[in-house]
Amino acid sequence: MPLNLPGLDLKIAAVKKPESVDGKEPYDLVIIGGGPAGMSAAVYASRKKLRTLMVTINLGGQVLWTSDIENYPGYQYITGQELSKKFSTQIAANPIDILMPDEAEELQIEKGQRFKITTRNKREFTAKSLVIASGKRYRMLGIPGEKELLGKGVAYCATCDAPLFAGKDVAIAGGGNSALTAATDLLKIANKIYIINIAPELQGDPVLIEKTRDPKVELLPGWRTAEIKGREKVESVIIEQPGQQGKREIKVDGIFIEVGLDPNSEFARGVLEMNDNGEILVDCHSRTSVLGIFAAGDVTNVQEKQIIIAAGEGAKASLAAYRYLLSRRD
Amino acid sequence: MIFIKDDLIPQIKNEFAKLTGPVKLVFFTQEMECQFCRETRTLLEELKSLTDKFTLEVYDFILDKQKVEQYKIDKIPALVVEGKKDYGIRFFGIPAGYEFSSLVEACIAASTGDSGLLPESRAALKTLTRPLQVKVFITLTCPYCPQVVQLANQMAVESDLVTSEMIEAAEFPQLANKYGIMGVPKAIINETLVIEGAVPEPEFIKRILQG
Repeated sequence: MPLNLPGLDLKIAAVKKPESVDGKEPYDLVIIGGGPAGMSAAVYASRKKLRTLMVTINLGGQVLWTSDIENYPGYQYITGQELSKKFSTQIAANPIDILMPDEAEELQIEKGQRFKITTRNKREFTAKSLVIASGKRYRMLGIPGEKELLGKGVAYCATCDAPLFAGKDVAIAGGGNSALTAATDLLKIANKIYIINIAPELQGDPVLIEKTRDPKVELLPGWRTAEIKGREKVESVIIEQPGQQGKREIKVDGIFIEVGLDPNSEFARGVLEMNDNGEILVDCHSRTSVLGIFAAGDVTNVQEKQIIIAAGEGAKASLAAYRYLLSRRD
Repeated sequence: MIFIKDDLIPQIKNEFAKLTGPVKLVFFTQEMECQFCRETRTLLEELKSLTDKFTLEVYDFILDKQKVEQYKIDKIPALVVEGKKDYGIRFFGIPAGYEFSSLVEACIAASTGDSGLLPESRAALKTLTRPLQVKVFITLTCPYCPQVVQLANQMAVESDLVTSEMIEAAEFPQLANKYGIMGVPKAIINETLVIEGAVPEPEFIKRILQG
């Protein structure tokens, strides 16, 4: 692509108009989520010729927010957008029904071990088996000014909003991989970047730490963001050191909050067993606490949250669902 | 081709199989002082080469005053996607990145005249009595943005009272500044109502109709 323009992205043809997705007959398998786990599950399900529906906000999930990927085997370097496109093109080869953009809002178990999914757009579907791969979303800091100034300088998606901060001073809350990735996105655009990190050391991969070593970047280790201030838009952030007196005010035009993620599991609360973080508990065969419901990827308690691991877990869950359906024989 | 890579061509042709009627792309440009005018024109020429249903008209923003007024163009690069009629679909800035999907979808909707909206959305739009101008600010690297752009375009196809504008915020910083765009997608309806984020279709239309 010439200049700094991103590559062209085209939504795949497998995505149907919402009204043409037929919810009358139960699906063999409904996959909730379209990130690496959900898309791998779809590839395996379609090859097994299962009547499959995927309900998702987008195809790519968190990968779409990732500008550079350097740890997915087969690609020394690929952008999140390109990798998502490659996944979705593979789904299109053996199409399944895809309902998009939509998401699961409620999960009910009905008689005959059938599962009813109600979506945010109030569509209802019945499934004989489920793969839940609904992933995670940004966690909020929960500090004054954060909600009030959302979209007015408080941002969670660096790939989306970094271009709006050309020549501006910005802060990043966090010190893990997503914070460092946000910093590398902003390096090309912003004037000055403060990384406010509660831990004494950055927690991200050394490769990423290296990339953010730049005169534009000022590290503030051991500091915590206490408040975001501004009237119409973000004007400054107040930071403090836990257990110590004295606060600092840093003048910034925006703050990117990259302090971790929360699982999208609310719709399954009360139905499936979860840990204290709201992650769905699975065993090594991707089984949840309910027979016929499988889960994969970042929404589960599987320790590592990585694209390659989510993709592998999605494949496992889909095959487990297939085995389960064979055993049901209905 | 420079923009449309080989692997994308079969996908686009697959989408273009849905075209039923002609599509007129009306593009406004100028030689100087326009960041992505030349690139947008190349992209449109490449897209046009993939179907015989498209015509491309190119006008100069300064010289072709009559057309500029007819299509109400106030900045460039600007693209009008017309079908049987001018549905009111405008793209300001290059529809590359994730917005390429919006461009392809807009062409199909203009060609078929079918908005593809949910039946209840179509019914709701029939109750509309006043014009609605929907401006959607986006960036090219925002995966959530096409959802809102496409929704606005679909509404424009469905109702003669709706016009839809995609505005690429990074190419029009003064405008982004004027409307206080610090996060995308952000839709501004009739200069007053603001809808932030990728809101689902039923909720988006409900909020707009409530005003």
